[in-house]
Amino acid sequence: MIPSILEWFRDPMTWSGPGGVPTRLLEHLWYTVVTVVIAAAIAVPLGLWVGHTGRARWLVSVANSLRAVPTLGLLFAVSLVVGPYIPGDLAFTAPSIAVLVLLAIPPILAGTYAGIDAVDPSARDAAKGVGMRGRQVLWQVELPNALPLLLSGVKSAMLQVVATATIAAYLGLGGLGRYLIDGLAVSDIGEAAGGALLVGLLAIVLEGVLSLLQRRVVSPGLTGRTARGSQDGDDAPQAEAPADAPVDVRG
Amino acid sequence: MDWFLANWPRVIDLAGSHLYLSGVPLVVGLVLSVPLGWAAVRWRASYPAIITSSGLLYTIPSLALFIVMPLILGTRILDPFNVLAAMTVYTLALLVRTVADGLSAVPDHVEQAATAMGYGGLRRLFGVQLPLAVPVIASGLRVASVSNVSIVSVASLIGVSQLGDLLIDGYQRVIYGELLTGILACVVLALALDRLIVLGARLLTPWQTAGGGAA
Repeated sequence: MIPSILEWFRDPMTWSGPGGVPTRLLEHLWYTVVTVVIAAAIAVPLGLWVGHTGRARWLVSVANSLRAVPTLGLLFAVSLVVGPYIPGDLAFTAPSIAVLVLLAIPPILAGTYAGIDAVDPSARDAAKGVGMRGRQVLWQVELPNALPLLLSGVKSAMLQVVATATIAAYLGLGGLGRYLIDGLAVSDIGEAAGGALLVGLLAIVLEGVLSLLQRRVVSPGLTGRTARGSQDGDDAPQAEAPADAPVDVRG
Repeated sequence: MDWFLANWPRVIDLAGSHLYLSGVPLVVGLVLSVPLGWAAVRWRASYPAIITSSGLLYTIPSLALFIVMPLILGTRILDPFNVLAAMTVYTLALLVRTVADGLSAVPDHVEQAATAMGYGGLRRLFGVQLPLAVPVIASGLRVASVSNVSIVSVASLIGVSQLGDLLIDGYQRVIYGELLTGILACVVLALALDRLIVLGARLLTPWQTAGGGAA
C-alpha cells in the first residue's frame, strides 16, 4: 500500500492540470470558505438575536436535532429532490453546497447562542448600569464575551464542511474528495489513500489556523493571559482552563 | 412506507450491522478514554497535550480515516475492522475531554472525605470519582453516539455494509422509499442509543432522581 501511495505522489500527473492537487485543494478550500461564510451570515445574527432576547430558543434545539440525520442521506436526498430542477452542471454542485451550508448552520448557531447565554449576568447588569442601551450591550459586551464559543462553533462547522465536501465528491463535487472517490471506484489504492492523507492534513491545518485566529481576536481579558506581566504572553502555559473550555459544541 | 414493508428483513439486518459498527466502538472508546482522561487530570501538565491531540483526531474527515486505517493497521481495505477502529478513534477523541472534565468537576472536599475514609488510588477512582462524573460522561457519550451513527453510514462508500447501503442504493436507482427508509432508520437508531444512554446514566446515579429533582 505504501509504495503505491508514494508512486501516486511522485507521478507528475498528480500535480498538474484541472485534476491536479493544487486545483483540487483550491476547490476544496473555496467550497469550505464559501459555505462557512454563508452559514455564518445566517447563523450568527440568528444566534445573537436568540441569545440577546431569549426568544425562540427552540430554534437552537431544532438545529441541534438535525445532527441525528446522517450527512450522507441528507446529501443524497437533497440532490435527488432538488437536482432535476437545476440546469446544467449546477445540478450537481448546487445541492451539495446547499447541504454543506445546512450542516454548517447548527454548530455556529449553537456556539453563538451558548456564548451569549454564558455571559456573566453581572457584566450585563454593569453595562446597563453605566447607561448602555440594548444594542450597545449586545455589540460591546455580549458579543466580545461570546467570541470564544462563537469561534469554536465556526471551527466545528468548518471541519464538518471539510469532511462532508469530501463525501460530496461522490455526487460529482470537485475538491480533494475526488481522489478518494475516484481512487476507490477504480481500486487505485495509491490515489485514494494519497487523497485521504491530503484531506486529513488540510483539516488539521485549518484547525490550527482557526485556533491561532481565535487567540488573536479574543479579548485578552477572557483568556486569563493578562494576569501575567507581559502583553504578549503567547508562550504562557495554559494551566488555567481557557475561556472556551466549558462547552464543546462539536457535533 | 411500502418499500419498508416489502424489504423490512433486510433493513433489520442492516440496522443490526449499523448498531454493531457504531455501538462496539462506543463501549471500547469509553473504556479507553477513562485512563486517558484520568491521566490528564492526575498529571495536570499532561492535560493540554492529551486534550489537544485527541481533539485533532476528531478533525480527520471520516472517509479519509476509513481509507487510511489499513495503512496503520495493516488490514485489508474492505475489512470491517477498519471501520470499528476508526469509530473507536472518534469516540475516544470526543470522550477523553469529557471524562477529564467530569473527573475534575468532582468537588475537592468529596475527594478528601473519600481519602480520609481510607479510599485510595483505584478504589477512589472507581468508587467515588467515576460515579460522580457519570452525568458529564453520559452527556459526552450521547454526543458520540449520535455522531457515530451518522458517520458509520459513510462506510458504505468503502464497501462495508450497513444502513448506508440503503442510502447509496436508493440514490443510484432513484428509489425514494429506500433512501427515506435509510435516513429514518439511522435517526431512529441514533435516538434509541441516546435513550439507552440516558436510561443507563439514570440507573447509575439513583441519587439524581431520588430527591424528586429532574435529572
